Parts: sequence; C-alpha cells; structure tokens
Amino acid sequence: MMDRVIFGDNQFFGVDHLSQENSRKKEQRFKDTGEILKVLDAAHEVGIRTFMCTTYSRIGEICDHFRSNPAKYADWKIYPCMPYAHKYANAVTELGITGALNRFTGGNVMEGFIKGGAAVVQRDAFKIMQMLVDAEMAMFQGTNTEVIFLQNVVTDLLMGLGMDEFFLHYADYVASKYGAKPGFITMNLPLAAERLHRLGIEKPIICASLNKIGFRMTGGIEANEKALLDGEVRGIAMQALAAGALRPREAMEYVCGLKGVESILFGASSHSHIEETYHLIEELSD
Amino acid sequence: MVRAALIGLGKMGISHCAILNAHPGVELVGVADTSKLLRWGMGKYSSVPMYDDYKEMIEKTQPDCVFVATPTKLHFQLARFCLEQGVHVFLEKPCCLNYEDTTTLRGIAEEGKLLVQLGYHNRFLGTFREVKRLIDEGTLGNIYHFSAEAYGPVVVEAKEATWRSNRGEGGGCLYDYASHVINLVQFLVGEIREVRGTRLEHVFSRDVEDAVYSTLITEDGIGGQMTVSWSEESFRKMVTSIKISGTKGRIEADAQELKLYLNKAGGGDGEHGWKVSYLTDHTAPVDYYLRGEEYSAQVDDFIARVSAGSTDSVNSIQYSGETDRVIELLITDNERDYSGISQSKKPVNLSSLGFWTRLKLLINPGSDAHYTS
Repeated sequence: MMDRVIFGDNQFFGVDHLSQENSRKKEQRFKDTGEILKVLDAAHEVGIRTFMCTTYSRIGEICDHFRSNPAKYADWKIYPCMPYAHKYANAVTELGITGALNRFTGGNVMEGFIKGGAAVVQRDAFKIMQMLVDAEMAMFQGTNTEVIFLQNVVTDLLMGLGMDEFFLHYADYVASKYGAKPGFITMNLPLAAERLHRLGIEKPIICASLNKIGFRMTGGIEANEKALLDGEVRGIAMQALAAGALRPREAMEYVCGLKGVESILFGASSHSHIEETYHLIEELSD
Repeated sequence: MVRAALIGLGKMGISHCAILNAHPGVELVGVADTSKLLRWGMGKYSSVPMYDDYKEMIEKTQPDCVFVATPTKLHFQLARFCLEQGVHVFLEKPCCLNYEDTTTLRGIAEEGKLLVQLGYHNRFLGTFREVKRLIDEGTLGNIYHFSAEAYGPVVVEAKEATWRSNRGEGGGCLYDYASHVINLVQFLVGEIREVRGTRLEHVFSRDVEDAVYSTLITEDGIGGQMTVSWSEESFRKMVTSIKISGTKGRIEADAQELKLYLNKAGGGDGEHGWKVSYLTDHTAPVDYYLRGEEYSAQVDDFIARVSAGSTDSVNSIQYSGETDRVIELLITDNERDYSGISQSKKPVNLSSLGFWTRLKLLINPGSDAHYTS
C-alpha cells in the first residue's frame, strides 16, 4: 500500500503550470538545497513520508543529505520519476536522436552500431533502456525507492508509437535490479490502463491528472473515472487542484472520493500550506 | 479513415508519429527515415511499416497526406514531390529556406487544390487563441504596439556541429525559435510589411545566430519589437510571450497565462482593470495527449481538413508561409545595417573593443575603427 499523501517536487524546480513569474520566484528560493530540505522536514513533521521527484541532478544533493543523516530520514520513501525530459529534449534538438542517445549512454550506442552493425544494437535494445535507467538511478543509491516511475512524456510516447513491449521490460528491470514496483505517469489514463492490462502488468500503479474540472484528463472525466472504477488500477491523483483553478476543499473532495485512487500527490512550499492540505486529505479520506 | 505517412524521425517526427498512431481516425501507413538505427528500432517495436526511400513509400502506400518533419533544407524537395503526387502535406516549420520555394509550393498546392499546413503550434495554443479572439472582437481598441519574445536553453555553450548549427540546412535561432515569434505576431497583430534595426547575434555558435532582435512593422503600420534567444540558460524550456497595447487596453500572454487590462474607456462600468485567466480556462481536451494540447490539436485539425477535403487552415501555407518572407527581410536587414558602413557583413562586437575605440566610434561611426576582420 502506498501512502495516502505523496509529496511532489514541482515547487522546488520552478515548475508552475500557470505562471512563469511564480516559477521564477520559487526557483530563486529553492536554489539553496537547504531550503528544499527545510520544506521536506516540515512535510515530515506534518506526517508525510513519501517524496516523489523528477530525476533532476539536484535531487542527488537531497539524496546525499538523506544518506548522511540516516537516523533522521530512515522512514522517508523516495519515488523517482525518470527521465528529466527537457534534458533529453534539448539534447535531441541539438544532436539528433542518435547523438543524444550517444551522449547519455557514454557513446555506447553509436560505437556498438559501428562495430557490430544493427545486430549488436538489436540484441541490446533493452540494454540501452537499462543503461538509461541505471544512469538516472545512480543518485538514489542507498535510499528507499519502492516505486520507480516513468515520466508521462515517455509513457505516452511509447504508448503512442505502440511500443508497449518496453513497459514490460521496464517493469521486469526495476523489479529485478532495484526491488521496486514500476509506476507509470501518463496524461492518457484510460489508454494506459487498457494497454498495461493487456501486457499482463497486474494492478499497475498509474499516476495521472485527476481533477473536478477534467483538466488534462484525456478522454474525458467519465472515461477516466471508469478506468479507475474497475479496481484493476492503483491510481495516484496528480494535478488535483487543476493547476490552481480549483479551491483546495472542492479539489480534494473530488479526488478523495474517487474509487481506485490510492494516493494523492501534491506539492507546496509553506508549512501551513502543507499542513492544511495534508489534513484536508486525511479528513476527506475517512 | 485518413491514410497518413511521415518522413523524418527527429524530435517533431517522432512526436507526430505517436499522435498519428494513436489517432482513431488515422491509419499510419508508413514512415521513412534515412537512419538505419531508427528504422530498425521503430520497425521492430511498433507496427508501423518503415521505408528508407520516401518515394517508394508514397508510391506503395498511396497515402492521403504526408507529414514532413525533416531538416528544413529538405522541405521543398519533399513537399513538392508529395504535392505532385496529389497528396496533402503537413510540413514542419519553417516552410522553406527561401521565400521563392515557399511561393512555388503554394502555387502547386493551389493548382492541385491541396492543403499544405505548417507546424506553428502556437496557433493552436489555448491562451494565444483567446488573445486572437479578444483582438478580433475589438477588446483592445486600436493596437499601437507589441513586444514579442522567446527564450530557451538550446545552445548554452560552444559544442559540436549538427544541422542546427548550419544556416544552409536551416539551422540557427532565426529559423528555429524566431520563426515561431514572427508567426505569432502575424497571427495576432497582422501581416508584417517591413523590418528595421535587425541584429542576428552570435552568442556561442560560430556559424549561425543564437539571438534575433528586430523591430517589425505590420501592414497597418503597427510597430513592435521582437527579442529572441535560444542561448538563455536561465530558462528551463522554450518560453514564448507577447505583450500588445491598444487604445482600450493591454494584453500580456504566454502559453500558461493571459493577463488582460481594460482601460476605463475600454472596460466600461466595473470591467476595467486587470483580469487574469489561465490555460485551464482556454484549453479544449484532446483525444491523446503527448506534450501539450496544441501538438495534438494541430494534427487533429489537419486530419479533419484532409478528411473533409478542405484546404483552408489557420496554419496553411497561404498564411504561415509568409513567415519565410519575413525571415528573408530580417536576413537582408541584418546585412544592410552594417554593409553600408563596413566592408564586412559581420557586426562589430562593441564589448570587445577598447574604450577609446568605442569613443571614436560614437563620435564618428564611419571611421576605420568599424572594420572587422
């Protein structure tokens, strides 16, 4: 069972879906990793024990801190979400797809291709994926990572291309190498649920945009609710506040009442805000 | 069912490919790319038939439309071939490397009653569409100025060369980032007649510009500034924004936020002042989401038009092809500014000159000190 409340990281890295200005303010405040740790401590004090974060290089500093203070952070769970897509997207813009693959696998892709021709790459296609996963996971060594997520841009891209087979290999790999469950972030929950079931991934953990006004709920509110209702998905609701369009109580009333939603993901940067939201979810979940 | 094919598996090609493959009204009949590795990867793990020769693909698969997402250098040749085969074309931006080619494509498309739609996705973005609606309704009164910007972190240090660092292949900030901004101004404010004071600046790249600054003037005589740089490390991703001032009010908009200020005269009773709305207020849901509703929306729109046999699109070559004309104006203007007073077409980097030289230049801009090596 995942915790009911999961703490997110967007606020730390200047991600704000509504305002560039807010984004900058937050980025400035959290330039100092110590400030991030203070907020995580506040979240812990309130009762939060799970931190879900994108694999930005700066998360490495947080992991360092966790490792150096094992007593204090022993009960924290970290859910990594990989990859940090803009890093790859900017590299692809600059170097093309093979060039970018090359950079992130230390030149192995092209080298293999030149040396052994297509056969080597063919045999090692899943190896490339494993190398990319390992590169992203290196910073989390020694922390408690029970669920490892694929970011929505990867989940949705592979799904769109019909390359679902990778999900199965990904699931097997994070289980065997990291003893973790696979998680899938997606903007297409109904489609993802259907595809993951078809692959035979049992009760997949799916994190998707779920909110009262249907923002980023591809396929519509009804189809999303239906995908959760059959009880075959372990849902994590993100964007419950619809990027700020909803008031906290009405927003949480909706997601807390959704069958199939095991956890609710939110991010905040003030102690009072974290406390308020946490207790609101607790109250509405009973 | 619309039969679609695609040429070019770069960043945009892969994205279109996923959107098309997930589209309930589309059969993706083929994808062509010159990379053996990508052909193999796609061929093995997806069900899409792969080709190395686009001509063979089009002849064999007889698609209704083709998505062309190759480096810009190849756009003209590929799009012309498709149009000559009687196939509608979705062409990534910018259209061509020169306006003459764009005009030729447009002519062939019009003769064959075919649609060429370009990939300027801002025209499908909720907040910018709302800006367009407000302007068309006259909310701002007479527009008298605009300021359009885009920043992003594509080239933040000197690096190895790719087609994006080669102007001849369509590389550089002008074709890549600035074309979006020009197109957005054309969409929201009006067709651009003239450009002045253009500077194409090198920041890290040797062979292409990393920043574009200019004053754009529309056919209605509305002037405004364009400030674009892809060498801004301070931005996490590309951010495009526009500010528009009119006699009745002002708009400041980016992809996420739309701030509208109505003057007392424009707003009337109780309406004047700031009103902020968000992407959430202006975004219609799509059937499959990959990286922003606008990317899916532009493909949906194109497919719907192909299906209905309509050649009229907000992003058709008839409108968005004009961005290529403005790109040429900018290149010419950048050269004109300096060639009159210097033998070199390269701008002088003032900061690299000594104090006295700079002073001399200020006093006598035609002096020898302006020559660069």
